[in-house]
Amino acid sequence: MKILAFIESQDGDVKKTGLEIASYSRSIADARGYELVGVGFNIDNTKILESYGLEKFYNIETKEDNFFNVESYSDSISLIVEKEKATIIIVSSSADGRYLGPILSVKINSAYISNVVGLPTKYDPVQVKCSCFTNKAYNEKKSLKDRVILSLSSNSFGLKEQNKTCEFLKSTYVSSTKSLKVTEVDRLKGEVSIADADIVVSGGRGLKGPENWNLIEDLADVLGAATACSKPVSDMGWRPHREHVGQTGKPVASNLYIAVGVSGAIQHLAGINSSKVKVVINNDPEAPFFKAADYGIVGDAFEVVPKLTEKLKARKL
Amino acid sequence: MNILVCISCVPDTTSKINFKEGNSSFESQGVQFVINPNDEFGLTRAIWLQQKSGAKVTVVTVGDESCDPILRKCLAIGADQALRINIQAKDGFQVASILSTICKDKNYDLIITGRESIDYNGGMVGGILATICGIPYLANCIHLEIDGNEVDLQREIDGGKETLKASLPVVIGSQKGLVEEKDLIIPNMRGIMQARQKPLEVISPNEIKPATEILTFQKPDKKGPVKLVDSDNIDELIKLLENEAKVL
Ligand SMILES: Cc1cc2nc3c(=O)[nH]c(=O)nc-3n(C[C@H](O)[C@H](O)[C@H](O)COP(=O)(O)OP(=O)(O)OC[C@H]3O[C@@H](n4cnc5c(N)ncnc54)[C@H](O)[C@@H]3O)c2cc1C
Repeated sequence: MKILAFIESQDGDVKKTGLEIASYSRSIADARGYELVGVGFNIDNTKILESYGLEKFYNIETKEDNFFNVESYSDSISLIVEKEKATIIIVSSSADGRYLGPILSVKINSAYISNVVGLPTKYDPVQVKCSCFTNKAYNEKKSLKDRVILSLSSNSFGLKEQNKTCEFLKSTYVSSTKSLKVTEVDRLKGEVSIADADIVVSGGRGLKGPENWNLIEDLADVLGAATACSKPVSDMGWRPHREHVGQTGKPVASNLYIAVGVSGAIQHLAGINSSKVKVVINNDPEAPFFKAADYGIVGDAFEVVPKLTEKLKARKL
Repeated sequence: MNILVCISCVPDTTSKINFKEGNSSFESQGVQFVINPNDEFGLTRAIWLQQKSGAKVTVVTVGDESCDPILRKCLAIGADQALRINIQAKDGFQVASILSTICKDKNYDLIITGRESIDYNGGMVGGILATICGIPYLANCIHLEIDGNEVDLQREIDGGKETLKASLPVVIGSQKGLVEEKDLIIPNMRGIMQARQKPLEVISPNEIKPATEILTFQKPDKKGPVKLVDSDNIDELIKLLENEAKVL
């Protein structure tokens, strides 16, 4: 039996989530004695995959197709699923992973399970724990098909190195004829995205106005963190929509989440709940966020945050 | 132009989530149901196309009669007609497969599903539905302009956005950004009155099996109390984050 891991990359480099997917897949392979095969597109630094337990890796060159094309990618992966007769396929919970998974599941006639937060608890058929109700609860789900795609929630497993000798292979890129084509990609240069960040610093209405966001940005800067915000902050146009986190915004699953001037409404907490450690800075000791946080400071953000930033800076030097 | 907007009825975002029958199913007693927020952004975009170019907007849900008030609300917002496929589906695959049967019959130009529902967060209905129908799907759609048969689109990606072109038909996964929060339509009296006259058709589903089964639910472990640090003692917080939480 075989397990296939879809390893994501950007500009030729394996992404951290790609290594997490490899680590997770390796653990399943070890538990079951399966062979672990990987697939990725246009990856330059494939060598690193040997340190994360891959035994075979298909690197597909997309040639003139420079952008992510969900149809072509899923068609190309389908070929490998069939060739290797893989029965468990692992994808990430990135925007691309969650886009590709359902489409691939139709093409290879498999079940698709998203929001997976742990290793399978049973096999034949696969059974796993998933989050639901935007992290307000979990459920145990069973695949009713012989083949299953699992979309692993980011940062729920972590990285585990294990050296293997890996066979590097090429495979055909199937160029889709469907009408949908990417013409341009805008990535924010030099900014960490919320999905990829280890630390997220988030600001709420307590910051009073967009002109005060240097507080959040400076703190994020010394921590190498992504910036986020509450829903009203993005609705009022203080910050761009992409920073809106919570039940109706982006989910956050970082190692550390620092909330400044955010009250901790149920919809906000739902989305950030799977962050490992939560810190709140709020001048109202009754703010609901204190019930959800691990660490807290009751105080004025305008005094506390600059001091925290300075001290972190000094510590780095 | 014919537009289909797929609507999921979900617990209101403030709902406390509880389970029954030995944690094997969701307790819907006392829970207020609403239009899934991601679907509502899509419905609003569809209504704009109706107002601009006379597109016909059909809303559909897969669910039992408890969903009818939600469909009436969609009609009050401005949809022309509603369909309800009468089955309590077990998973996203079953929902998508059931929806695909009506999509194949009716030749919609544009099919809108929410990016994901806020109950099971599966994020799969649009992609599976589109692929079964052989139509392209765009997830996390934050921009849609239609000119004749040509469509300009944008997808939100991690750390940025993508611009795309396609030709009709397409399926999109709607979310905030496609329209803004302030654009959402609150039904007025006239809309509510008109909605009563609009058709709401109930259809029996084809026999389609789910691909997954939920065995049990579980609530997160209770967490311990917050550790408060004095605002004059920020060094203490840094120490805790470094040595205790080990996140710095
Ligand atoms: C359908 C629906 C979906 C929603 N989805 C989301 C979602 O996805 N994400 C989301 O965030 N919200 C969501 N909300 C909104 C949510 O209910 C809250 O209204 C929102 O999270 C509050 O944002 P806030 O904490 O920034 O503002 P407020 O609730 O106004 O809180 C501001 C906080 O700042 C503190 N403060 C003020 N001054 C200072 C200071 N000088 N120093 C330190 N602290 C200070 C205050 O004590 C207060 O606690 C949703 C609501 C609905 C109805």
